[in-house]
Amino acid sequence: MSDTKIIDDVTQSEYKYGFVSDIESDNAPKGLNEGIVRFISAKKNEPEWLLEWRLKAFRHWLTMTEPTWPNVHYPVIDFQDIIYYSAPKQKIVLNSLDEVDPEIRATFDKLGISLEEQKRLTGVAVDAVIDSVSVKTTFRGALAELGIIFCSFSEAVHDHPELIKKYLGSVVPTTDNFYAALNSAVFSDGSFCYIPKGVRCPMELSTYFRINSAGTGQFERTLIIADESAFVSYLEGCSAPMRDENQLHAAVVEIYAHKDSQVKYSTVQNWYPGDKNGKGGIYNFVTKRGICAGDNSKISWTQVETGSSITWKYPSVILKGDNSVGEFYSVAVTNNYQQADTGTKMIHLGRNTKSTIVSKGISGGHSQNSYRGLVRISPKAENARNYSQCDSLLLGDKCGAHTFPYLEVNNKSATVEHEATTSKVGEDQIFYCNQRGISNEDAVGLIVNGYCKEVFNQLPMEFAVEAQKLLAVSLEGSVG
Amino acid sequence: MNTTIGTMPEYLTRYFENNNLIGPASLKQIRKDALARFEVLGIPTTKHEEWKYTNLAPLTRSEFHPALYHTLSKDVVVNDLIAGKEVILLVFENGRLNKELSSFDNLPKGITVGELGDNFDHPAVVKNLAKHASFENEAMVALNTAHIFDGAFIHVAENVHCEKPIHLLYISGGEENTLAFPRNLMVAEKNSSAKVIESFHSRGNESSFINIVTEVVLEENANVEWSKIQLENSNTFHISHTECTQAANSNFDIHTITFGGKIVRNNLHIVLDGKNITSNLNGLYVSNGDSLVDNHTLVDHAMPNCLSNELYKGVLDGKSKGVFNGKIFVRKDAQKTNAYQSNKNILMSDEASMNAKPQLEIFADDVKCSHGATTGQLDKEALFYLRSRGIGEEAARAFLTIAFADDVLNRISNETLRDELKNRINERLNKSN
Repeated sequence: MSDTKIIDDVTQSEYKYGFVSDIESDNAPKGLNEGIVRFISAKKNEPEWLLEWRLKAFRHWLTMTEPTWPNVHYPVIDFQDIIYYSAPKQKIVLNSLDEVDPEIRATFDKLGISLEEQKRLTGVAVDAVIDSVSVKTTFRGALAELGIIFCSFSEAVHDHPELIKKYLGSVVPTTDNFYAALNSAVFSDGSFCYIPKGVRCPMELSTYFRINSAGTGQFERTLIIADESAFVSYLEGCSAPMRDENQLHAAVVEIYAHKDSQVKYSTVQNWYPGDKNGKGGIYNFVTKRGICAGDNSKISWTQVETGSSITWKYPSVILKGDNSVGEFYSVAVTNNYQQADTGTKMIHLGRNTKSTIVSKGISGGHSQNSYRGLVRISPKAENARNYSQCDSLLLGDKCGAHTFPYLEVNNKSATVEHEATTSKVGEDQIFYCNQRGISNEDAVGLIVNGYCKEVFNQLPMEFAVEAQKLLAVSLEGSVG
Repeated sequence: MNTTIGTMPEYLTRYFENNNLIGPASLKQIRKDALARFEVLGIPTTKHEEWKYTNLAPLTRSEFHPALYHTLSKDVVVNDLIAGKEVILLVFENGRLNKELSSFDNLPKGITVGELGDNFDHPAVVKNLAKHASFENEAMVALNTAHIFDGAFIHVAENVHCEKPIHLLYISGGEENTLAFPRNLMVAEKNSSAKVIESFHSRGNESSFINIVTEVVLEENANVEWSKIQLENSNTFHISHTECTQAANSNFDIHTITFGGKIVRNNLHIVLDGKNITSNLNGLYVSNGDSLVDNHTLVDHAMPNCLSNELYKGVLDGKSKGVFNGKIFVRKDAQKTNAYQSNKNILMSDEASMNAKPQLEIFADDVKCSHGATTGQLDKEALFYLRSRGIGEEAARAFLTIAFADDVLNRISNETLRDELKNRINERLNKSN
């Protein structure tokens, strides 16, 4: 059968980012205890208060149990069998790009992320994080002229402690959940970004995460602050080598939006999803949350999830300021034995707050794809408005698509709408394309791309192209 | 996960010993197992995902007891004959059948209607009782199963059509804090049809607790319409579980209409276990005061080519809370399934709230499934339209609300019942305005 053959093609398509770079790295011993937390803190030369903060989180983490409510299944994680700190070995402080380890540069070249300044043309400033440590941030100078701070988290701790102190944990407290607490205790690096009052960031800021070493977990922390009337568009990308074991990625992203500011956060997540039998792959357990603290602020999440053996994340927005806006656009593709439990939370606190949720799930192979979302209208959120649309597309008869929305409305002036559909690529749609000389494969590509268009339209140009390509690779010719 | 309340109210299981003297040995064992299971599960708390929005703590604050004597007179019941007088009638006073007020004699051939306790040896009871509603994970089903005795048994034999509606009328009250565990079983054999009305009333303002489980079994080509009408006072705790198993080509319509109660929880599970089945689930809840109405539905598509259609609507006033949790489950083999679900709510007051959780769990690819949920207010433009034509605001609001509710009520085929319910809604809305 041509269908089976095509589906096989898909399941056998290789993960092309699965190479391992031979970079010497500096690892902490396996396992987790207070000593490790102190070790990481000492490695990073951190001030006393941050160590205390980490230890507090760690002690709280010890009292917590792993959550089991998501619709995903995996063997119990042994938290003592993970290396919590792994850094590419560097002998001297870097002064210019030429001094970056050529292997590291080659890695990023392979990923299509050049650290070269010639990339200026694309107008993207990149902060690259390998394993746990930020390797290089480009365009620092140009951004600094505008007062924008864009650097690795550890640098920010040293150079801007007052900002870190003020905002770290203000959106995702250390006690928030199991993985957020773990991250708070052991996070090694990440990106920090501050856009001052009234500044519109002239280029897209981007972070690239790469897990390279074996047996490591990656725990990075991103903090984005948009001061009054600021605007920033932020991109995040990720990949990892192919390995038989599962690796844990438990990141925390915090966004703080002041009055009249706007933050747009886009992710193309392409962690290694495991092989076609479900072996290996990344566990992507991430806490992402933004707060529209000031009036008229706006936070927009756009995500394209194609990787990870298990994805479990809910980028959320707390709409505290009046007239604030939260948006969530998501495409989640699962194939083979991948599992995804993803969605969003929109917490309406202020008046006239608005939120839009568009979620498109595509499942194939033996995968399970769940949307889980919460829309809460608090009693004081007058005239709050929410619109949610969650569609699922099934590309085989062994996969599953699930929708678990929670709608909590406590104010009569609110209008909340939720719609969801589940279907497969229609035979009539394919037939229509075939009739016009479009092959099965192209037809499915066309239909799926059309299906995801609402979300892709939200992505910045370069990302949209990448996302479309990724989707093509993930779904090559699959006919339901 | 620990989901039990710290201390289990001891009184809830006090009547077990007495009750378990009656019935065949197999049933006694089932009761025993159910009690043991209930003791493990305990009364669910809000930590339990299925009880997230429904806090049963108020239920555990007072003690409830079964009422011992029948004190109802015929003229009280007359007002509650919402489906007219031409019915096969079973009157349950505080959960126990009052034969004097009931009329189920001279039934046509092939139709059995009576007390469950009198029919324990009926082959259909032996085959089906407690075989459908599983108490493994449902504490309140376990509690009911441990006390199986009172309740109705309805059996419609092959090729028999029951013309008269069967009315199960439950009245509680007469004394403070009454407790009842009714258990109903209905079996509709091949090619049979019947209409059942289950209505719940209160005599005064006394508090009561009713924990009811109904099992409905539809064999091939059977056609059943079931109306569950809850008209109790605002001090009633009503925890119900309705489990329907459908065989191929059968048709089941169920209307769940709720007007009141302190805490009302309706579980409705439908298993579509055959091809070409149709299930229609309709629900309407009109609440005010501090009542909480929680509807949990599960439509389990196990076989191909079936259709399910669900419409639940709510009008919430005062401080009332509404909960809707609807799940459509499409199993691997259930290809060509069409499943629709819609939940629409209107919040009439500042303090009313609504929690909706429509869910789809789909494992088959050739399906058409959709759900929608909305919570909002009456359409402002429609209001304006009416007002611009000289209709006062209050009247216009009542107009639109009634139209909103009629959408569900119009699906009830029994005209007497439909009109009676419409009248009651009219009264209710005009009173609250």
